[in-house]
Amino acid sequence: MTKTSCTVLSARVRSEIDHWMLRYPPERKRSAVMEALRLAQNENGGSLTESVMDAVADYLEMPKIAVYEVASFYTMYNLSPVGQHVINVCTNISCMLSDSEKVLEHLKERLGIGLNETTADGKFTLREVECLAACANAPVAQVGKKYYENLTPEKLDALLDELG
Amino acid sequence: MSDIEIEIDGKPLKAKPNSMVIQVADEAGIYIPRFCYHKELSVAANCRMCLVEMEKSPKAVPACATPIMPGMKIFTRSPKALAAQKAVMEFLLINHPLDCPICDQGGECELQDLSLGYGSANSYFTFGKRSVADEDIGPLIETEMTRCIQCTRCVRFGDEIAGLRELGATGRGEHMEIGTYVQHAIHSEVSGNIIDLCPVGALTSKPFRYTARAWELNQFPSIAPHDCLGTNIHVHTRTGKVMRVVSRENKETNGTWIADRERYSYLGLYHGDRLTKPMIREHGVWKDTDWQTALEFAVKGLQDVIHQDGAEQVGALATPNSTTEEFFLLQKIMRQLGSSNIDHRLRQIDFSDQDSFSLFPELEVPIADLENCSTFLLVGSNLQKEQPLAAISVRKATLKGASVFAVNMMDYRFNFKVADKKIAAPHEFVFALSGIAKAFLPELSELSDVLVTEQDRLIAERLRAGEKTVILLGALALNHPQAALIRWLAHHIAKASHGAFGILTEGGNASGAWLSGAVPHRAAGGDSLQQAGMDAQTMLQQARQAYLLLNVEPEFDCANPRMTIEALEAAKFVVSLSVFKSPALERFANVILPVGPFTETAGTLVNAAGQWQSFRGVANAYEESRPAWKVLRVMGNLFHLQGFDYESAEEVLQELKLLLKQSPAHAKEFKGTKVKKPGNFLSRIGEIPIYAIDGLTRRAEALQATQSIIEGDLAAVRVHSKTVEELGLRSLDVAKVQQNGCEIRLPVIIDDRVPLRAAYIAGGIKATQDLGELLGPVEISV
Ligand code: SF4
Ligand code: FES
Ligand code: FES
Repeated sequence: MTKTSCTVLSARVRSEIDHWMLRYPPERKRSAVMEALRLAQNENGGSLTESVMDAVADYLEMPKIAVYEVASFYTMYNLSPVGQHVINVCTNISCMLSDSEKVLEHLKERLGIGLNETTADGKFTLREVECLAACANAPVAQVGKKYYENLTPEKLDALLDELG
Repeated sequence: MSDIEIEIDGKPLKAKPNSMVIQVADEAGIYIPRFCYHKELSVAANCRMCLVEMEKSPKAVPACATPIMPGMKIFTRSPKALAAQKAVMEFLLINHPLDCPICDQGGECELQDLSLGYGSANSYFTFGKRSVADEDIGPLIETEMTRCIQCTRCVRFGDEIAGLRELGATGRGEHMEIGTYVQHAIHSEVSGNIIDLCPVGALTSKPFRYTARAWELNQFPSIAPHDCLGTNIHVHTRTGKVMRVVSRENKETNGTWIADRERYSYLGLYHGDRLTKPMIREHGVWKDTDWQTALEFAVKGLQDVIHQDGAEQVGALATPNSTTEEFFLLQKIMRQLGSSNIDHRLRQIDFSDQDSFSLFPELEVPIADLENCSTFLLVGSNLQKEQPLAAISVRKATLKGASVFAVNMMDYRFNFKVADKKIAAPHEFVFALSGIAKAFLPELSELSDVLVTEQDRLIAERLRAGEKTVILLGALALNHPQAALIRWLAHHIAKASHGAFGILTEGGNASGAWLSGAVPHRAAGGDSLQQAGMDAQTMLQQARQAYLLLNVEPEFDCANPRMTIEALEAAKFVVSLSVFKSPALERFANVILPVGPFTETAGTLVNAAGQWQSFRGVANAYEESRPAWKVLRVMGNLFHLQGFDYESAEEVLQELKLLLKQSPAHAKEFKGTKVKKPGNFLSRIGEIPIYAIDGLTRRAEALQATQSIIEGDLAAVRVHSKTVEELGLRSLDVAKVQQNGCEIRLPVIIDDRVPLRAAYIAGGIKATQDLGELLGPVEISV
């Protein structure tokens, strides 16, 4: 492969992308772009940079702009640096009716940051998201791969202590 | 499959299965409003403007994405259709700034027009509008992305037609934006088409911006003279001055698109170098004068040389962009004066096979048919930069399954896939091409020293198997020191693969030059001459006493700028008919006669496939400049020559056409010579960059700025990383570049597209104008 992708993406990420590429016909290898971006993002501390996206484009032999389109479309790709834990608070209708507003306020106060900001120690990033499909247990927040449901200020404190 | 019958607005129509409703309606002249649909692009169906009523369908359907069905009944103007269109229009305008008074598209905007025809004067939308930050996408295209309605025509054009996906739709929903995402200038050489495509004022012409309103402009059809395809254009003028150029559709030549060179070369028309008055030089001092004086001075000067030294001491050189009428009159003057020293092949040096040509160096397939060819062999051709629209056709063919092979002197990156390639330095080029020829014809004695590789065999096999193979020769093949041998080999390959042979000449009218006798060995009409005159090389090598030049800038337009300038400076008398002045011209000329560019003269261009296209002058003459054909006519009269009483350019053309009626049939029989093993040295690849090919493009500033972006620094010597090592150089070192006696200094750039034993040093630019042959040996040292 060409140079850029090899210097920016680690051998491990490249071999994992290769593994995903096997699922598609060779002339359609760009279909692996979403997985490639996910792997590259994980390796890059949770967010994507221009050079990482370019490396993915280079590796999958697709136009750079096509990678930017994918990366900017899905909210789970982060295009600017994030903290170690990204707290995604749902503020969609069910959660809103169950006081998600308070959840958000409490987090802002405890962390001393606003929406889409990261704490000075680089631990937490706070974000607002649309319905997480867990309305039955609203209000809901997602951190990493885990859902935290029926949230109250106390539960949030415990959560932050656990993560921090 | 047989045609399907449908009904649109009560009108019974027949159409091919798989057609979309909008296509059938367009053919029948029934207009359905649209933004995203374009006949040359894929269907996106994202704007919904084309909603129409379909019988038995509860909802309105998009005409651009609804295939026809037997018995289908469509209503484009029913209350239901109109209501749907009106609603879509209202939604499209929600985020549109409605800034028509300050928008360049105002007056020629599809959104404006359709909103007037299908929209409503009121909107229920009372919230804040979205706005989008602009990006700088280069010197040619201005963006105002808040106006974008996200039809994605521009994105699809890059992806599907240009083959360079640079624009995209990033973000999602409300936040979706069209752009490059990271700041970068558009690189495609056909990028300007997205201006014509964009239905709103989001993408407009940067150089044209704020200079005129659409309704102030007059539109005239014309033909662009920059490449051999004969691209059709519309020239827009205001009070006799050219304001811009846009595309004009012609299925037989350029199709729908035009290249940026054709679109923006007009920017050079009123450059500060434009000559305003005839000028003569007396006792070394230039002075402006009137036409009569200048013409008499010119004629007398030439006559003096003829009396003293003989007519064969006069040589004429003309740019291959000249009109057929200009060529015809120039050769008529020369031949009546007694000299056949006339040529337009300024950058070529090997003419040994000039008698083997048919009437002109033709492309044996119609231009419109290129996209239907199955197999291509490019020989010394940077197709994408030389004939950008031909590259688009080749790309179209490859998308339909065609394969492209290339034997080139540089490993060009094309906008189409190249199946296999051989890249060889100029002096090894013939040998490389011979391998493929020998794979076809092992018995040719001329090729006895040639080795046939496995690659040669495979390429030959594919060419032979091709259903419709075409061999295309580009500028570097024509300007090569062994051009005749290259033609012989390529023609053999074409015949052996039952394919077509095509020469893609430089300039806009090389075919016209051949047909009208602007070659030393053939008369107007194509008859071979008993006594051939001197070709472009010979009349400089054996320098003449007088020259008659038609729009020649020797430092940029000739095979060996250095030698040309020396010959011109040593001559007793030089007459130059020219659009522009230049310091070199003022050094060697004795008379400078200001003539008009293609926009200010009537004329005819014949493209590579032999299609004749005439055009009229569309703009006022600049200051005292005159159409060159008129200047030549008057010169003919002042020389007291026969038959120079033309009233119009058409009469000149008529005369030529009469001669062509009895034109002889020249058999295309190229002759070969022994192909020898190449020596071991370094040769120069003196390619002429995309916007350096002629005086007009060289003066179009926006194109020059674009050239430095897309081609990088051209005032440099580019060599392969291995060559750099071998020569003991480092990247960005300033190296000494020597070509028989001339020496310049240029920075070194590593470029692995350059083969070993070669150095890319562009021609046609200031930095290299003191060098010699474009494709000769060169020495590079620290
Ligand atoms: S910039 Fe113009 S052509 Fe491109 S998507 Fe927007 S409106 Fe369409
Ligand atoms: S609204 Fe919050 S999880 Fe569905
Ligand atoms: S033209 Fe049919 S949806 Fe845009």
